[in-house]
Amino acid sequence: MSVRCIRTPATLSSITSSVTDLSLKERTVAPAPSKPTGAAFAPVSPVDIEARAVSKNFADTPIFSDVSFRLARGEATALVGANGTGKSTLLRCLMGLIPTTDGSVHLLGQQIDAATGRQMRGLRAQVGLVSQKHNLVPRLSVLSNVVHGMLGKHPGLRHWSHSLAPQSSRDAAMQALERVGLADYANRRADRLSGGQSQRVAIARAIVSAPKILFADEPCASLDPSAGEDVMELFFQLVRDEDVTVVFTSHNIAHALKYGDRVLGLAQGRIKLDATSASLDTADLRGLYD
Amino acid sequence: MIDIAPPRSGLVRFERPSALNFLGYALGLVVIVWCLAGAGFSLDKVASAPPRFADFAQRAFPPNLEPQVLARLGWKMVETLQTAVAGAVIGVILSVPVALLAAKGLIAGPWVNQIVRTALSFIRAVPDIAWALVFVVAVGLGPFAGMLAIVIDTIGFCGRFFADDMEATDKGPAESLTATGARKLDVVACATIPGSLPAFISTSLFALEKAVRSSTILGLVGAGGIGIELKVGFDLFDYPTAMTVILMIAIVVIGIEQISGWARTRIIGEQR
Repeated sequence: MSVRCIRTPATLSSITSSVTDLSLKERTVAPAPSKPTGAAFAPVSPVDIEARAVSKNFADTPIFSDVSFRLARGEATALVGANGTGKSTLLRCLMGLIPTTDGSVHLLGQQIDAATGRQMRGLRAQVGLVSQKHNLVPRLSVLSNVVHGMLGKHPGLRHWSHSLAPQSSRDAAMQALERVGLADYANRRADRLSGGQSQRVAIARAIVSAPKILFADEPCASLDPSAGEDVMELFFQLVRDEDVTVVFTSHNIAHALKYGDRVLGLAQGRIKLDATSASLDTADLRGLYD
Repeated sequence: MIDIAPPRSGLVRFERPSALNFLGYALGLVVIVWCLAGAGFSLDKVASAPPRFADFAQRAFPPNLEPQVLARLGWKMVETLQTAVAGAVIGVILSVPVALLAAKGLIAGPWVNQIVRTALSFIRAVPDIAWALVFVVAVGLGPFAGMLAIVIDTIGFCGRFFADDMEATDKGPAESLTATGARKLDVVACATIPGSLPAFISTSLFALEKAVRSSTILGLVGAGGIGIELKVGFDLFDYPTAMTVILMIAIVVIGIEQISGWARTRIIGEQR
């Protein structure tokens, strides 16, 4: 029996995934080519996210089990897999939004299931989330929605609305809107935006507090291909230079390979693929959907 | 050649009820007859009612439209509306924190949710006129007792529906704010309540309609408003004045329902 579709990562020395499931189509894999920017087995970057033998069940139904990996700072990781494989659930477990059934998650060096509510809020204040459905509050202004992105760092009444927010916060929110090209829409109601514009506002809300980690759950799934491409381009343009660790789920194989430094593939409740995107091609990922 | 199957001769158009179903129907019928007996249903009374009603109508029409009567009843109607609006507004405002405690998964734990929901059920189980009697004893005769009765009644109504609305609102925005480290109170204030606002407005307008209807009869037990004029009119056999009161109540309640419906469409209709 041999391990298939598991590549030795060239630049990601932190990968320790328990990838031993053998159900993917067997193929010979050449060692992954080095990324242009770094030599193979580069010095270990700080680990921002670590999953240790994480399992999740809903009632008696197992979603995934024994999932382990370490994600280094500044790394963009694509989480791919067919519908129902638990990508979004895994993402929520990593953020501590839902508890794991077994195993542990470490975020920025802290075990989240052992963290107090206050510690957890402190950790999450360094995290941003971009969701498939944008999740803006429809009746509020675009600017208020972006100001809400600072509630983790600045809790309380003054950040409930842009009109109550201190000037510095309003400036930061406007700056975030400028970065996504929507400064002119600051006073518009969020439910009067197109899908692409809504997602840009959601990105502005996620980056306004300068997070160390960004999670994106199928950020362009509800957009047309052109708007989706624009959003992904913008998202990664914004985070790439900031040394932000990104984990995103996607059904778009091309996006996973283009924007991810690394690809984690979920199938049949296990991590079945863990490799650098440079060492993969489209055919490798298609196996996850068979 | 197309093979068409002959119709099945054994098919019956109506199936006979099973013995259990038949027993259920029979039991239902017995319960209805029992209730009618308890309600004093009498065909003789039904047969004799139209002449009596015609007699009442003859004595009540035309309604009393004397200017001084209209002025007195008009001011009583204004007092009725003041009681209703004040009670409904205070009740709606107080309902928001109560609903936050009653709604599952927001700021309070399951025990608090259950206790508050039980208290709201108790409030709703007691009719508004009974609350008015309680407050007449507590604060004396007059519209203040009526207003307090409407406040309590509105909390029972809105507290429950606001809580249901917040539980049913889209969880996405709340999750996105939770993921950035926002506190529960901030999440509720910035995502849950704004998301539930259209439903809150609709429920509040229904509460106002309900309060206006209630306030017109709370006067029957001395809790202020135009209800006392209705009672006095019937007690003194002054049917034309009583008819004037009935017509005024109908006009005001229908008017409030129309305004409320228009406001609901205007406010909630803005949502895309």
